[in-house]
Amino acid sequence: MMTREEALYRFALRMGDNALVLSHRLSQWCGHGPVLEEDMAQTNIALDLIGQARNYLTYAGELEGKGRDEDDLAYLRTDREYTNVQLVELPNGDYAFTIARSFLFDAFHLPLLKAMASGKDERLKAIAEKAVKEVTYHLRHSSEWLVRFGDGTDESHRRAQAALDELWRFTGELFEADEAEQALAKDGTIPALADLRKEWNATVDRVLGEATLKRPDDGHMAHGGKRGVHTEHLGHMLAEMQVLQRAHPGAEW
Amino acid sequence: MKTVAEIEALLAEVKDPEIPVISLRELGVLRDIQVEDGRVEVTITPTYTGCPAMDVMRLGVEKALRKAGVGNFRVRQVLSPAWTTDWISEEGKQKLLAYGIAPPPHSSDVRTLTGKGPAIACPQCGSSDTVLVSHFGSTACKALYKCNTCKEPFDLFKCH
Repeated sequence: MMTREEALYRFALRMGDNALVLSHRLSQWCGHGPVLEEDMAQTNIALDLIGQARNYLTYAGELEGKGRDEDDLAYLRTDREYTNVQLVELPNGDYAFTIARSFLFDAFHLPLLKAMASGKDERLKAIAEKAVKEVTYHLRHSSEWLVRFGDGTDESHRRAQAALDELWRFTGELFEADEAEQALAKDGTIPALADLRKEWNATVDRVLGEATLKRPDDGHMAHGGKRGVHTEHLGHMLAEMQVLQRAHPGAEW
Repeated sequence: MKTVAEIEALLAEVKDPEIPVISLRELGVLRDIQVEDGRVEVTITPTYTGCPAMDVMRLGVEKALRKAGVGNFRVRQVLSPAWTTDWISEEGKQKLLAYGIAPPPHSSDVRTLTGKGPAIACPQCGSSDTVLVSHFGSTACKALYKCNTCKEPFDLFKCH
């Protein structure tokens, strides 16, 4: 049986990892966006997420009590120690893939944060209350672009549908609660993840409908990210993200 | 030893580094000033979680205090209650407008809640024939608009 402290640590780490990994992926569009406005949008969203990640990882470090700070947790853990869902670590692909990946995550992230903002842990509440406002804009952005692609040209429709079909199997893990998430849901610190599916389904169906895109059928679902089992892509991403601190531990500028 | 009012006057000189016409107080970032037994405690709150200007604002507060000979102080950062654009003072909004940034509509505006967005007046020519270009602008707190009347682009301090 895990203690409440440990459950909080694992959950804060999970939220931090999800935000950090997605933030890093989005930041890879910097200087490569399809249009200037989108280059700025993705880097703004990445900035929101990295701010959120800092709050969660700082809190996780304090809960763990081993003296690790946000930077230690971000730069000195291996992929097996990262606990983000696999959805957020997938490479950017084309712009439709990036948008669809963000949309499927944002549609889950927003109701999760809204519920956390009335949860029982003061620190998580404060972080979530702030993040809700930011993620509201993220979901609006990814929804609008998914509609634009789906209801756009034959080519943009084809690409958006292909992205959804490819990403669908990574959405199951969002709603699978691990031991820590189950314990925290029981005492009202966070919502039961399975309960978020209803709002997620409603958002997905509404936006896909408007986008004239087909909701893929549920088939085999990938999972493992929450216990450190990732796709081959995360290791490569971290190698690049962490190279400086690995080569020159403690470097500052 | 300084009083709260004196500290407040000192900090009126500390501006947002990205919008250098508006002070931290007018922006609603400066939440509280306490003076107890000669020790000053200043409480600030971030606009956006990842706002890179936050560190510069904190430094600005520290510098202003040191410059005035206040050595015994602490700058505390709090997340809750979460900052909202409704905390920007009327004077602050007028300064934004004069600087060429359309001030944010109130968050209780029903059109904001439905996502349709109120008509934003162009800060250059005052026309309300404007169109949203992107929800994300040159900094985290701004959206990009253009005016169909004077054809100029402009920033909106977006509702938060």
